[in-house]
Amino acid sequence: MKRQAIEFFDASTIPDNLCPIATRPSPMLPGDWRSMRPVVERAKCVKCAVCWLYCPVQCVVERAAWFDINLATCKGCGICATECPHRAITMIQEAA
Amino acid sequence: MSAVLKSKSRFMVCDGNEAAAWAVSLSNVDMVAVYPITPQSSLVEYLAKFVADGRIGADLVDAEGEHSVLSVLQGACLAGARTYTASCGPGLAFMFEPYIRTPGMRLPMVMSIVTRDTLTPQCVWGGQQDAMSVRDAGWIHMYCESVQEVLDTTIMAYRIAEHRDVMLPVNVNHDGNYLSFGATRMELPDKAEVEVFLGEKNVNWHAALDPQRPMAIDPLTGGSSGAGPATFVRYRKGQCAGSRNALRVISEVHEEWGRRFGRHHAPLVERYRMDDAEYALMTIGSMTGAGKDAVDEARRRGGKVGLVKVKTYRPFPAAAVSKALQSVKAVGVVDRSVSFGWSCGPLFQDTIAALQYVPRRIPAMSFIGGLAGADITVGHFDRVIERTAKLARDGIPGDTVWLNENDR
Repeated sequence: MKRQAIEFFDASTIPDNLCPIATRPSPMLPGDWRSMRPVVERAKCVKCAVCWLYCPVQCVVERAAWFDINLATCKGCGICATECPHRAITMIQEAA
Repeated sequence: MSAVLKSKSRFMVCDGNEAAAWAVSLSNVDMVAVYPITPQSSLVEYLAKFVADGRIGADLVDAEGEHSVLSVLQGACLAGARTYTASCGPGLAFMFEPYIRTPGMRLPMVMSIVTRDTLTPQCVWGGQQDAMSVRDAGWIHMYCESVQEVLDTTIMAYRIAEHRDVMLPVNVNHDGNYLSFGATRMELPDKAEVEVFLGEKNVNWHAALDPQRPMAIDPLTGGSSGAGPATFVRYRKGQCAGSRNALRVISEVHEEWGRRFGRHHAPLVERYRMDDAEYALMTIGSMTGAGKDAVDEARRRGGKVGLVKVKTYRPFPAAAVSKALQSVKAVGVVDRSVSFGWSCGPLFQDTIAALQYVPRRIPAMSFIGGLAGADITVGHFDRVIERTAKLARDGIPGDTVWLNENDR
């Protein structure tokens, strides 16, 4: 479902030629413009948490037996795949 | 029966730096952020003392440098605070990044520039080079002639900056050494009367850090085509409109100040003995006193000379300047700074631009004096008057004259 932009409050009384302001938040999340996606191989993951430590947007989430990725906020930078000492994370192309 | 206001003002002797601090104490300022630098340092000390004594109810932030000083105040202003700072010279240079951003965000701050000559050569003394170097960054610039005018203008600056047709930051400039440390008699108005004059405080009605109305401040605009650059132009033009409105608002606020407190300062330009003047001097700042004395002496000798002082320098009051000078045969403009691109004074540049509004050609010459703390004496002004009288006779302007060049 496409997310809709919702204005925080009615700013129509504020002149539009003073200080530039934005009152309508962008509905885009980093996952909406990612080009590569991390895939965790559960069998290889030893829960060392290196990916969790390195992830710049903190989208690594802990499961009972492995670490997973929240793909809504993952921007696909690939740092987790580079840093994983057990090569448990692979970056794959997002569908065009 | 009309009410008679009993003035509760009192008199004191102080210098310009203390006068600015007194103005802050009367203006219900919420946040002061400062970093000391010569010749502004004692102003910071007065502010700190007044805050410690409870005379100023503001939070005082001793930031680690001028860049942080103005950044702190941007946040404070967006959160609704009335703000104040003061700087000069290298401190103002270090402040430049948030400085150029403040007018575009339309933040109605007030900041004193205790003017100082810029490096290099190394120099800690007065001169207007610092303020003149930032003359087209978008701030309003008003230059004071006396300690009393420092106090009055700093208070008025809040009314001007916060006026909804203006919404621009104001620099109240006073000459380093001469006004910063020169002590004279000053009348201090009653705080309650100043509060009535300043009216209701609302500095962030247009852009705010406020959880009740969340917004992003200054999102990205521009681009190579389409609506982005057009949006940018709309804000630029809005800033120019605020700047143009400022000329009217400055005049109105000075007029009301005179009515309420009995002191009438010329808001844009002051005309001195100009009614029958055949030639004129132009001055800016505290040099004007010596200029007026020199004009008086020249008048006693029969010279038909007058003087025009510029108080509001940005926005430049081109119409008022051209009107004040329209009947003279020659103008001698005295600057306390250098426009390096033209090797003459910046006020001179503005003046000859304004003279384009007069159909007749009026020759003008640039005089530069008072650099690096030098006094511009009546003797220096005598030379300006003599040279300008010659210009009125032959109409041939010479190169820039450096008044202190041969001082020994």
